[in-house]
Amino acid sequence: MTTATPTGTRELTYLRAINEAIMLEMERDPRVFIAGIDLAARGDVFGTTAGILPRFGPDRIIDTPISENAIAGLAIGAAARGLRPVVSLMFMDFIGVCYDQILNQMAKMKYMFGGKVSLPLTVLVNAGAGSSMAAQHSQSLEALLCHIPGLKVVMPSMADDAKGLMTAAMRDDNPVFVVLHKRCARLAGAVPEGEYVVPLGKATVVREGRDATVIATAYMVHEALRAAERLAARGIEIEIVDPRSLSPLDTQTLVASVQKTHRVLTVQEAVEFGGFGGEITAQIAQHAFDYLDAPPLRLGAPFSPVPYSPVLEREWLVNAERIHDAVVSLVEG
Amino acid sequence: MTTGAAETLDSEQLLYMFRRMVTIREFEEAAGRLAEQARIPGAVHLYAGEEAVAVGVCSALEASDAITSTHRGHGHCIAKGGDVRLMFAELLGKATGYNHGKGGSMHIADVEIGILGANGIVGGGPPIAIGAAFAAKYQKQGGVAVCFSGDGSTNEGTWHEAMNFAALFKLPAIFVVENNHWGEFTRQEAQGAIAQLSLRAASYGMPGVTVDGQDVVAVHAAAREAVDRARRGEGPSLIECDTYRFYNHTGMSEGDPRPREERERWRARDPLAIVRGVLEQRAILSGAGADRVVEEVRREIEEAVRFAESSPEPDPADLLTDVYTV
Repeated sequence: MTTATPTGTRELTYLRAINEAIMLEMERDPRVFIAGIDLAARGDVFGTTAGILPRFGPDRIIDTPISENAIAGLAIGAAARGLRPVVSLMFMDFIGVCYDQILNQMAKMKYMFGGKVSLPLTVLVNAGAGSSMAAQHSQSLEALLCHIPGLKVVMPSMADDAKGLMTAAMRDDNPVFVVLHKRCARLAGAVPEGEYVVPLGKATVVREGRDATVIATAYMVHEALRAAERLAARGIEIEIVDPRSLSPLDTQTLVASVQKTHRVLTVQEAVEFGGFGGEITAQIAQHAFDYLDAPPLRLGAPFSPVPYSPVLEREWLVNAERIHDAVVSLVEG
Repeated sequence: MTTGAAETLDSEQLLYMFRRMVTIREFEEAAGRLAEQARIPGAVHLYAGEEAVAVGVCSALEASDAITSTHRGHGHCIAKGGDVRLMFAELLGKATGYNHGKGGSMHIADVEIGILGANGIVGGGPPIAIGAAFAAKYQKQGGVAVCFSGDGSTNEGTWHEAMNFAALFKLPAIFVVENNHWGEFTRQEAQGAIAQLSLRAASYGMPGVTVDGQDVVAVHAAAREAVDRARRGEGPSLIECDTYRFYNHTGMSEGDPRPREERERWRARDPLAIVRGVLEQRAILSGAGADRVVEEVRREIEEAVRFAESSPEPDPADLLTDVYTV
């Protein structure tokens, strides 16, 4: 007797999951088109859009010049006129090149126009260090997006969430940044077949525990899972919560976990100072102060650009060992 | 100083254009006075003197075509068919304003008639315009998008990116550069490497012309040609309009750094006077008839100001609405 898989999943890499989400949505909605550098003929420098050109043709997937302001403006203008653009800015670091279009145009048009326009657009960016890409190709800049009212920001860590959040982002009628992490790209996981939506604004408990809550994003979720193994050997069981959406943020789920464990550590690959961990810990201190047995802790990268030398980059990066040590000091004091 | 192109416009079109131009002038004069009396909360950037550009271009467009505008956007908004009552209410930050008081002068928009907003960022509009042009091409309804920008913005990278993108993809876009010779408080010649901005079109492989921006008939003729070209799928064009704003970058005349001689020279080329000359020459409207139009429009503007001033303020409870589409 065969055992049917109720959810109909199969193993897909994180990037293939994004690819699948895009193709399904393009099939479903003719208003969706995708544009960016080297997306069509090359299938994206990261491989995210492989196979889309032969399937959908050059009217639906466009290779643009290296012209980030035009790419961002293309998304804004087209969205304002009834289309549902997906654009890629390639490396997250490049939001700097078109930051006015993001910060002052895309994020604010709806509000400034008294609600009379919607911008149902999605922006794909690839963040993260660990591949010797150096300072201008390695950043995690989610804090610069989350701070801006009018934008939404999601950061999947798992392949299934990548598909579900990408779909939700494309169906959202607001500007949504889907922040992919380079080191998650080839990580595989069980991904549901067919239509799959993970709602924006919902965190998930990746690992249950009782001694401390570790709130981690993107590749740091995987480092936290590695740390959890070592910590378990020491008798410390951490609960890992992945916010998945940073804006809107599921504060309720984060707080509920802290109410259970009484200790919290946020983990981000981004620079610690001024990073999003500060927002999360502040909210937890505000909403769960009486439940805390220790001050909320943040763990992020040191206050420097990402160095090139692998020795220095390794020194810069948050990893399982540092997460382990931070939890130990949080729990054992 | 009219061209032969005047003959292709019928009297109805010319009367419409005249009326729209007068509306812009009266609106701007009223807005300027209100701002000087601190009856408008923020800054105003007046379009008076440039009426022929907005009206000449927009009268070649349909309501379904899109425009992006600049921080000096009242003229574009009116020319595209904007409602002066809703505009004044927006300037005063009232709930009844176009943007429910959330945008103000620099962000006035009416997306239903294709006005994708005035813009507080110099060069902020061009990338959005090419997005609108892309959508027009994608949707295959023959629509076009006009990007209004000033001489100052042609030094912003965004303008160049938009020009290249539009030309590369043969988008149905028209780039209208309003060269009023001053970028904020500095002369164009001290900001731009070249003085004749239509020459920039050649570096993007698109046609570029310079027209007399004070002559609505000439502007319209150039716009008509560019719009038709775009609708035929032949790609974008640049129209540089040689024009001048009668008032300072912001406000009216206080602190205006421009030489008096220059300002007077351009005042002698008032676009309203030039179009009145055409109307009279073609026996469409006499001087007295034109004066009557001005009086009627003045009453409309006064009524619009009354509407705005008697309108309610926004409800503070509405502060957080419309940040997102729910």
